[in-house]
Amino acid sequence: MKFEGTENYVATEDLRVAVNASITLQRPLLIKGEPGTGKTVLAEEVAKALNAELITWNIKSTTKAHQGLYEYDAVTRLRDSQLGDERVKDIRNYISKGKLWESFERDARPVLLIDEIDKADIEFPNDLLQELDRMEFYVYETNETIKARQRPIVIITSNNEKELPDAFLRRCFFHYIKFPDEDTMRAIIDVHFPGLKGKLVQDALNIFYEIREVPGLKKKPSTSELIDWLKLLLSEDISLEALREKDPSKLIPPLHGALLKNEQDVHLFERLAFLARRERN
Amino acid sequence: MFVHFFHELKKANVPVSLREYLMLLEAMDSDVIDRKVEDFYYLSRAALVKDERNLDKFDQVFGHVFKGLDLMNEGQTAEIPEEWLRKLTEKFLTEEEKAQIEALGGWEKIMETLKKRLEEQKERHEGGNKWIGTGGTSPFGAYGYNPEGVRIGQKEGRHGKAVKVWDKREYKNLDDSVELGTRNIKVALRRLRKFAREGAPTELDLDDTIRSTAHHGYLDIKMVPERRNKINLLVFFDIGGSMDSHIKLCEELFSAARTEFKNMEYFYFHNCLYEGVWKDNKRRHNEKMSTWDVLHKFPADYKVVFVGDASMSPYEITYAGGSVEHWNEEPGGLWMERVTQIYESCVWLNPIAEKHWEYTPSLQILKQIMGERMYPLTLEGLDKAMRELSR
Repeated sequence: MKFEGTENYVATEDLRVAVNASITLQRPLLIKGEPGTGKTVLAEEVAKALNAELITWNIKSTTKAHQGLYEYDAVTRLRDSQLGDERVKDIRNYISKGKLWESFERDARPVLLIDEIDKADIEFPNDLLQELDRMEFYVYETNETIKARQRPIVIITSNNEKELPDAFLRRCFFHYIKFPDEDTMRAIIDVHFPGLKGKLVQDALNIFYEIREVPGLKKKPSTSELIDWLKLLLSEDISLEALREKDPSKLIPPLHGALLKNEQDVHLFERLAFLARRERN
Repeated sequence: MFVHFFHELKKANVPVSLREYLMLLEAMDSDVIDRKVEDFYYLSRAALVKDERNLDKFDQVFGHVFKGLDLMNEGQTAEIPEEWLRKLTEKFLTEEEKAQIEALGGWEKIMETLKKRLEEQKERHEGGNKWIGTGGTSPFGAYGYNPEGVRIGQKEGRHGKAVKVWDKREYKNLDDSVELGTRNIKVALRRLRKFAREGAPTELDLDDTIRSTAHHGYLDIKMVPERRNKINLLVFFDIGGSMDSHIKLCEELFSAARTEFKNMEYFYFHNCLYEGVWKDNKRRHNEKMSTWDVLHKFPADYKVVFVGDASMSPYEITYAGGSVEHWNEEPGGLWMERVTQIYESCVWLNPIAEKHWEYTPSLQILKQIMGERMYPLTLEGLDKAMRELSR
């Protein structure tokens, strides 16, 4: 089982090593990086490459660790007991399995994606330590221990909104997806738009990196925004000339809405572009 | 096998543990990677470093251990104070220039340039009274280009070869041991949430529901109200003058606090708290609110946070009439004391790095008035301040 990137996903050397290490050693892989650099997509692609099932557990601010294991529905059971339902005698009927349990039950080794773990409460990762380490947990209601048949490949993403506890980090491999350099970016574009005109790519990339370098932007455009923008450019059939437009009345690149997501950023960019043009003349 | 490497990492304050070391050995043993040094670099990085802030340190140690390069050659910087260096690189070298230096010149060249700049700098500042700490161009500024980074050029120049991955030190920007970077501010501000989140919201009171159901004999659902954040916050922002260089930091702190605390009140002051504060900077001279009114209006259980650099002339604190922009009947220090007497929990957050505090007398005075509860506006400082407030 080795991950070498897929036809839809460009994995850099260091990312490949990290993924393979975590697969071989059966430890969770923690992925961090700027938004839009393909953290979540990585899990999907690993699953696809290894021909494994992907189980996604999306974390929200209200998610509790035990929800990934199982939930015991006491209220339904109380109601059923009122109505004299036969099912009430077996507590198993009121236990619903969580994503972790699901992934433990699979016969073939699945990929479990714990998405945006930093969204949850501070204690959340700590509550999962044992479960991720030993890949087993205890169900109090039925007195049984659930053990993973196959240790799933666990991929965890974080946006760095909260610091994760050390004890948790020690058990993971870690990879920080840094923003792709121009060559990698070209490879990524090639994967998404095979056969795109070289010049268009070049011009678009120039504009893109120019925008990223504008100081003081609140949200820098990232890979996913670049892809969206290119998609728009193609569907609108924007010509090379339009991209190279130097007419002062059209200061910002066409369809900039895909790149700049913030009103203030657009204003800032307009102002800077205006100043730059004025200096040149 | 790599014990030396492991110890060097420890020494460089990269938090590594035995567990991670064993994990690395296990990975080496199970042939995850080919016998290539790059792969080993990637693998050990994935296994040992768990925070992007430490990636730069890791790169340095790796380069040092596996190439025998000098780690941090302190001797070379001894002739010029570090702040000057930092400031100069920040001010005069654009990204392109930095790249140029790294690509072409060696350390000597950089030193030469720096010296030249330094002379210019001297001349320019001979007329002034104090270079350090004057408005807007503070050398304590948060956006320095790490001088250690410049030294990369030396390695490259001397060998004239392509740089190894770890020598590129691409993660330089993420190292936060000096100050907060923009992205790290966000992380730090989330700590305010930790403190505000005491008591997670509960909707269904299961215990009471079961008890009540058993008691009544029919399903009786009991709910408890969502527990709200009961903390009331009163924030005073220093605005204008020397605070201009910290605007971005304060902006983010403000917006984060705004969303986090439902009961948050804010006021602006300039340099030191006097008899009047205001809420709108454009109309500060027309719509001033008496500080007495503020102190009377908000009960003593409010938590008070001052945000300011506390850098001014000491007279502005200790003397009546010391304020730079109006005649104040009572000294600012007295007003500060009144606040600390009324409100038990108060802290001062200072955007200036802690190691520079001792050089500013006014800062020392205010720190004393605050009862030493002054914290730098860094990850650690913010955390400590919040802990102090929640006491």
